[in-house]
Amino acid sequence: MAEAHIVQQGATPAAAGWEPRIIAFLCYWCSYTGADAAGTARLKYPPNVDIIRVMCSGRIDPELITTAFAHGADGVMVCGCHIGDCHYISGNHKTMARMPLLKRTLVDLGIEPDRFVHEWVSAAEGEKFARLVREVTERVRRLGPLGWPQRMRERGVGCGMSLEPWGA
Amino acid sequence: MSEKTDKAGGNGKLKIGMYWAASCGGCDISLLEIGPHILELIEVADVVLWPCAADFKYQDVVNYPDQFIDVCFFNGGVRNSEQEEIARLLRRKSKTLIAYGACATDGGIPALANTKTVEGIFAASYHDCPSLDNPAHVEPQPITQSEYGELEIPRFYPQVLRLSDVVEVDYQIPGCPPQAERVWEAILALVGGQLPARNSAVKVACFDKSVCDECPREKRKVKIKEFKRPHEAMAEAEWCLLEQGFICMGPATRSGCGALCVKANLPCRGCYGPSGEAQDQGAAMIGALGSILDASTEERAREMIDHIVDPVGTFYRFTMASSDLKGRR
Repeated sequence: MAEAHIVQQGATPAAAGWEPRIIAFLCYWCSYTGADAAGTARLKYPPNVDIIRVMCSGRIDPELITTAFAHGADGVMVCGCHIGDCHYISGNHKTMARMPLLKRTLVDLGIEPDRFVHEWVSAAEGEKFARLVREVTERVRRLGPLGWPQRMRERGVGCGMSLEPWGA
Repeated sequence: MSEKTDKAGGNGKLKIGMYWAASCGGCDISLLEIGPHILELIEVADVVLWPCAADFKYQDVVNYPDQFIDVCFFNGGVRNSEQEEIARLLRRKSKTLIAYGACATDGGIPALANTKTVEGIFAASYHDCPSLDNPAHVEPQPITQSEYGELEIPRFYPQVLRLSDVVEVDYQIPGCPPQAERVWEAILALVGGQLPARNSAVKVACFDKSVCDECPREKRKVKIKEFKRPHEAMAEAEWCLLEQGFICMGPATRSGCGALCVKANLPCRGCYGPSGEAQDQGAAMIGALGSILDASTEERAREMIDHIVDPVGTFYRFTMASSDLKGRR
């Protein structure tokens, strides 16, 4: 039932001129360097991804990801060092357990699985990073806008349903 | 307390109101849980609205001058247009408006319905429920024509809103229900003018730290081997329930209750909402769980996670309406 609902939602046609907005959280030691390698090698990937560098994928609080979606991101990527490569030894072990659990929760809340991607990208994998961004952007483009802030405002979040917004 | 009552004006007594919206009524009862203190409260305060306990009409409230009510406790979330209208009315009539209880603060149990559509809720309530007999498939309509003229009932909203989604809230008292001891402390602070400065819905009658801070159970610093539900295994007394594999919301939940549930050998359900600076209790809990799984491979982690039944309902049991995502798409 959940899946059917999602497919139906995803089929809504995108507004003209809409471009997917994707937030990528990359760890400093591997994935950000990997993204850098993609740039140095002049690999092409779509400009739809906004990269946020963090020191370790283990410090990516799931709240950062829910916040990104709640504030209008159409997709979120989380990349860290491969298991065994963590600069802090076990930071990515925590990511490895958190992200599948977060994904299950997001899917239950109606966010299509393709909108949230968790992958390991090493410092040498510039090609993998560029390919990942291309794939994710394409998949999110097919799904259309997520539009969480507008959707919630229409349901009265922060302003109520019947009357004018209060306060500033 | 009597020397503090001068500021109330009128007969020298504070005017208090208590209103219920989308709630179960437990909050009204929890205010009575302060026990004999209720007599002290009545000494310094007059009740000017309390649908659960006294016969005041909406028209009485409309007739009050603005800012007439000194302190209004509002429990329950906003599920329909009547509740929004009364919330706005009470905001206008009250000097201090307090969101009382988990529902007014974070949406509470009713906000779990935010994971369903309105059509789904109506289907379950009026058509699919096995004990129903509704052959004509009647559903409540906001406006009905009858032989007595046009009848109007409140409109059902697409999702449950917090009180602070609808009006400006001065203070929030979380908990399902708020614990009497904390509530009495808050009332004393209120009467004595000692509450923290009004700062858009600051949480009072609770602490910043997590339930773990109040929990008497021993932490053995072991990781979770498998998840269990309370009916599947006996919990070992005096050992951290989370470490035993029971999903206890303690690490992601604000304290103030005195760790009531864990002291009764049941995992914390998270009714006081997120602790400290966290905004999203579910995300905080996912973060906490992720760091204590005993999984060395991704496959093992997934396997363990698959054993968690209904993550949304568990992690956002009381805070769906105040979470980042607020509900299902």
